[in-house]
Amino acid sequence: MATRNMIAVDGNEAAASVAHRLSEVIAIYPITPSSNMGEFSDEWSAQGRKNIWGIVPDVVEMQSEGGAAGAVHGALQAGALTTTFTASQGLLLMIPNMYKIAGELTPFTMHVAARTVASHALSIFGDHSDVMACRQIGFALLSSGSVQEAHDLALVAHAATLEARVPFLHFFDGFRTSHEVRKIEMLEDEDLRFMMRDDLVAAHRQRALTPDKPVLRGTAQNPDVFFQAREACNRFYLDCPAIVEKTMARLGERTGRTYKLFDYVGHPQAERVIVLMGSGAEVAHETVDHLVAQGEKVGILKVRLVRPFSVKHFAAALPGTVRAIAVLDRTKEPGSVGEPLYLDVVAAVREAREAGQSTLAVDPIVVGGRYGLSSKDFSPAQVKAVFDELVRREGPRNHFTVGIVDDVTHTSIPVDPDFDIDSEDRVRAVFFGLGADGTVGANKNSIKIIGEETENDAQGYFVYDSKKSGAVTISHLRFGPGPIRSSYLIKKAGFVACHQFGFLERYDMLEYAVPGGTFLLNSPFPKDEVWKNLPRKVQEQVVEKKLKVYAIDAYDVAEKTGMGGRINSIMQTCFFAISGVLPREEAITQIKKAIEKTYGKKGAEVVKRNFASVDATLENLHEVPIGSPTGSIQMRPTVAAAAPDFVKRVQAVIIEGKGDLLPVSAFPVDGTWPTGTAQWEKRAIALDIPVWDDKICIQCNKCAFVCPHAAIRAKVYDPADLGNAPATFKSCDFKGAEFKGKKYTIQVAPEDCTGCNLCVMVCPAKDKANPKHKAIDMAPMPPLREAEAANYEFFLGLPEPKREEVKLDLKGTQFLTPLFEYSGACAGCGETPYIKLMTQLFGDRVLIANATGCSSIYGANLPTTPYTQDRNGRGPAWANSLFEDNAEFGLGMRLALDQHMEQAVALVNGLGGRLGDNLVKGLLEADQSAEAGIAAQRGRVLALKQALEKIPGAESQRLLLLADYLVKKNVWILGGDGWAYDIGYGGLDHVLSMKRDVNVLILDTEVYSNTGGQASKATPIGASAKFASAGKEVGKKDIGLMAMAYRHVYVAHVAFGAKDVQTVKAFQEAESYDGPSLIIAYSHCIAHGYDMAYGAEQQKLAVDSGVWPLYRYDPRRVAQGQPPLILDSGDPKISARQYMRNETRFRMVEKIDPERFKRLALMAEKNTKQNVAVYKQMAGITVPQVSDAEAEAEPATAKK
Amino acid sequence: MDLSTTYLGLKLTHPLMPGASPLVDDLDTVRKLEDAGAAAITMHSVFEEQISREQVASFVHTESHGQSFAEALTYFPSPEAFHLGPQEYLEHLRKVKQAVSVPVIGSLNGYTTGGWLEYAKLIQDAGADALELNVFSLGTNPQESGAQMELRTVQMVQAVRKAVRIPVAVKLSPYYTSLAHFATKLDEAGADGLVLFNRFYQPDIDVEELQVRRQIHLSSSAELPLRLVWLAMLSPKVKASLACTGGVHTAIDVVQSVMAGAHAIQLVSSLLKRGPSHIATLRQELAQWLEEHEYHSLRQAQGSMNLEACPDPQVYSRANYMLVLQSWRDSH
Repeated sequence: MATRNMIAVDGNEAAASVAHRLSEVIAIYPITPSSNMGEFSDEWSAQGRKNIWGIVPDVVEMQSEGGAAGAVHGALQAGALTTTFTASQGLLLMIPNMYKIAGELTPFTMHVAARTVASHALSIFGDHSDVMACRQIGFALLSSGSVQEAHDLALVAHAATLEARVPFLHFFDGFRTSHEVRKIEMLEDEDLRFMMRDDLVAAHRQRALTPDKPVLRGTAQNPDVFFQAREACNRFYLDCPAIVEKTMARLGERTGRTYKLFDYVGHPQAERVIVLMGSGAEVAHETVDHLVAQGEKVGILKVRLVRPFSVKHFAAALPGTVRAIAVLDRTKEPGSVGEPLYLDVVAAVREAREAGQSTLAVDPIVVGGRYGLSSKDFSPAQVKAVFDELVRREGPRNHFTVGIVDDVTHTSIPVDPDFDIDSEDRVRAVFFGLGADGTVGANKNSIKIIGEETENDAQGYFVYDSKKSGAVTISHLRFGPGPIRSSYLIKKAGFVACHQFGFLERYDMLEYAVPGGTFLLNSPFPKDEVWKNLPRKVQEQVVEKKLKVYAIDAYDVAEKTGMGGRINSIMQTCFFAISGVLPREEAITQIKKAIEKTYGKKGAEVVKRNFASVDATLENLHEVPIGSPTGSIQMRPTVAAAAPDFVKRVQAVIIEGKGDLLPVSAFPVDGTWPTGTAQWEKRAIALDIPVWDDKICIQCNKCAFVCPHAAIRAKVYDPADLGNAPATFKSCDFKGAEFKGKKYTIQVAPEDCTGCNLCVMVCPAKDKANPKHKAIDMAPMPPLREAEAANYEFFLGLPEPKREEVKLDLKGTQFLTPLFEYSGACAGCGETPYIKLMTQLFGDRVLIANATGCSSIYGANLPTTPYTQDRNGRGPAWANSLFEDNAEFGLGMRLALDQHMEQAVALVNGLGGRLGDNLVKGLLEADQSAEAGIAAQRGRVLALKQALEKIPGAESQRLLLLADYLVKKNVWILGGDGWAYDIGYGGLDHVLSMKRDVNVLILDTEVYSNTGGQASKATPIGASAKFASAGKEVGKKDIGLMAMAYRHVYVAHVAFGAKDVQTVKAFQEAESYDGPSLIIAYSHCIAHGYDMAYGAEQQKLAVDSGVWPLYRYDPRRVAQGQPPLILDSGDPKISARQYMRNETRFRMVEKIDPERFKRLALMAEKNTKQNVAVYKQMAGITVPQVSDAEAEAEPATAKK
Repeated sequence: MDLSTTYLGLKLTHPLMPGASPLVDDLDTVRKLEDAGAAAITMHSVFEEQISREQVASFVHTESHGQSFAEALTYFPSPEAFHLGPQEYLEHLRKVKQAVSVPVIGSLNGYTTGGWLEYAKLIQDAGADALELNVFSLGTNPQESGAQMELRTVQMVQAVRKAVRIPVAVKLSPYYTSLAHFATKLDEAGADGLVLFNRFYQPDIDVEELQVRRQIHLSSSAELPLRLVWLAMLSPKVKASLACTGGVHTAIDVVQSVMAGAHAIQLVSSLLKRGPSHIATLRQELAQWLEEHEYHSLRQAQGSMNLEACPDPQVYSRANYMLVLQSWRDSH
């Protein structure tokens, strides 16, 4: 038998490791939380790693999961061993093909990181709603509950499907298992070979479609035969459970880990049993071990083979003593009798009894309950609560929920919050860090060190933020004698680390600390000043719990050792030094080994600096003397006192990280949330913020324009309004003619700024005597915070100019209030300035359909939304449907608006005389092409409503409801390139083909940004991306040209950093065009790999090199005898390489293979020059006018 | 005509070769240079500081986004072959070495003591026949004296010399207070060759945008005299072989350089202007000139006009300066 390695990996890697080695074709599409399985496979194939038959699997990324499923189906039909990875919506998109694959009895295994299907809200987290939507297809469903199981059962699935000819869906819990890092025993290639039977592989090949032995599959059948033919597969489903059982046994012989179809754990004479599957079963297992040791007669039944459900095996697995069964489902099926596993068990208990297979002495009580939706933490206390419920005096409740408080329909059962069995003999550590400081990466290394270098078991789970900038991470680490089955968050930790001093006033971290525990703090203060700078509450907790406190100024150490803001190695060294998990010297050696492994190939300099930071750590780590808890620093209020009630009651609780405590009644019943809420979440994450010098400022407003977070703003106002200005509020005379005599201010929102530097970089105004100093410079935030916050509040209170008085040029747009502010997008995001501009121009009358992706996440990930309202309470109305359907979703909005408008017009006409001719004429003939016209129409609608109040009758009432639709409304369809170029292209194309007034904005980052940098059809030639790591071979799809081919679509290609005025013009033209408009907006992105402060500069280089030409195609110009296409950028001024070489995505290719890069870059140069030449020619083409008579005339040749 | 010469111990059929420049970026151009008869190929410099900075920038600006957000633990693929070290340079050097049969001279601009040594070894291991150390750094640190700077360089050359087997040349700038002394020290430190002189990017002030930009102009023959002076000065004083670079455009420029003491001539601007074939042209014109002037070999002319051999050595030295000053005074 092979010697097996112990490795620390996550569930995705564990499953993919087997799948990759057992497949020839892998067709995927990225979706959280399964994306990594595809990425691992791609990476391994790119490295030339072979499957057990000596072939490198072919990994292809498709345009959607539907596409991936199609490719999989084809590969299977042609006889290849094939796999795919997916989750949630992606799995749903595969269902049609899955029916076919099953119907054709095809051996196939897919791996699913089970994830919530979007309903009232999207959730990327784990539950079984996706997998349970597949239970009727005819796939075998095999469930894993831990990382080791995901590894082992992946193999069982691949092996069993070949024999059973039933396709397998192997699943494990998204995030809880897919992203949990655990120490496992790795299956070696020899193990895989042992399990895979060559004759069965050959049989699969024999069934392949081939012209050498032609057959036909996929016939259409009719009422006479379909039914019988469908029943012909039954034998295979009847045989399948035994095959799986046999395969599991074979694996057991080989590895010593034996699985059964239903694994019973607990007291042999258990009276109460919980039936469940997935990672929850691990939690229940740990709890049952504890309870049985206490003498309780309880047990659990872990369901592994969910389909085909074997009643016989189920019945045999249950102890005969069972009197009550609780079935826990990690999904919700509203309106059903019960959730699926519950229904299965109810039916199975009855069938077993009727078939004489049951061993139960009594007919048991069976109840069902829901737990853990969307990765809601499932704890031993909840397991205990379920067991307690089974012996409730009044009898157990059925269809209960556990883990929440349902104060509306009272389904929830009580949970004892103090019940905790997390083992004391383990190291339990919780780390609060920033995404950017490297905490998670360091902790993953620690798990590898401890897991792979010691006898200890090791587990890590990571909780991430809903924001992309200033994102907080919480790492939960357990080390100790194994096995660790605790698939739940740590509640009590002996070691709590705070890697950011600022968190102290925002988060209650010491709630986690056990009495006598250790608290490690990254503190900017020397050890003797740490205590007095702690908030009072923290001091009290330290004293009360008798905690030991250690502090280090990690940023100082990082600074001195050239580590920038990365304090990961420093804090990791502190952890090992204090926790004593390993002897110090050994720990440092191992940390350095890990650093070498992580950064070795990326740079000797980086390794050197990390080493230096590790070496400098211990001398800077100090125990903090504990004083008396009498400090004056208070925790900051989560939201301001002025916040609305709902924000205070609900959203503030979520912001504090205590959303788990909110009961059902706190929530809207249908997923509808208020807008205007990001303003209450003052995160104060910037280290430096811009400071304005009014003496130098030329009042161009470019800083406000580029700000991705609407955190620097411009305003003109009356001098008299300055009366109550705070002392440090800056103001100067407005320099332009349009607001002569007014005052002007550029104001920063210090607590909303992310410190991205974009505004400073675009500021053109330099101090002539000292050009280093600009009208905007960055300065440290903390000393400015309070004063600037007061200034900002005053600024917001200043009256705004009337929209109709603002000239809508670049500068003017920045006097319009952004109705998109303080988003959680990455610092320096290249997408959000476009959205913000759109809301400034049209936000008071816009409906937004937003494709899933970055823009839907920073747009609407709880707790708050950046979309907000103007002073009249108007603002963007926003909704996200799916990833793939966004164009159609937006079109639907347009259709509804047009219907409402049409009805309103009809009703106005109908009521005619009673409303007065002037009002009717005014309403129906209103010119709403500009702000003044819209303001006038709003006035008329107000008059109409007043008039209608006095007119009795149903028609008047109907019109009252519809009257507002007489004011122009826009539909904007937003999304990224993954949506527009790939998964949603069919729908987008269709919507563009219709002559409906919708505006499409593609935020083109040229890569799947939200899911982590997978290639899309927008990825340019020569760029490296996941699934194109060697550099994309072909140029990006020219989606603009494709849209122009319709001839009735307005198309603009813009890049705000290159030519902001053109961007502004394009948005206005798109909106004014009465038909479909498409704006393709260059959006720099962290996935391009450079400092986002240079985002606007890179945009300029993209345009200057011709890589991203600027143009506007306006069909209206045809009728004017002008070329419809205007090219707004000139001939290339620099080479494409000059642009490309600044970005990691291109540099990577050059570094890996300079010759290939040279070839691709040359092709990029050619493409660029050809494109510019083609556009230039097009910009010279006028479309000839053809009169009706000319059009109707017979061609000259026909006349003959 | 026998144009053969020995540079860095390498026996060359003639002294003409491309100098460190982007000319060698492209393998086709490298082949063209060899076809045109280049006696050796000098690689462009690998800059340790640039590599370190790119590593750190990637660490700070790219890596820092990973492990931050649940949906995207990374934003880039992590191909095995992706190294942010000098591998790209070394790989190119290997390819150049494979592509040509003439000697290939690697070139290095180090930044730290460790870096000079490590990179020098890597360049040797990648197959370079010799190594040129591009030692230019501006003395911007007011705390460091000229002597300290020079000592640092000398020690570095000593260390590199010890660490590698291949010959080592040092490419200098003319900006030393006592170049003769410094060059002698380098000679003693074991430098096998001295390359005179480096040319640098020059700052250009954009008066509209108030920005400083970098620029580099191609050389002209007007820059040659400075090289001639120092070739002539050092030629009799040092054991190291000498290369002239910067300002050689015509056959006469070549003859002058050789007469002043150059063993090798590195061409950049003239090749960028006229293409690789200019090497062949110069070689032919050089041979022709020597023949017309009845030289039997290049070696006969080598150093014939250096400080020791030339008929009027004072013209090279201070007298020249004094005469100029006197004439200036006379005119006022």
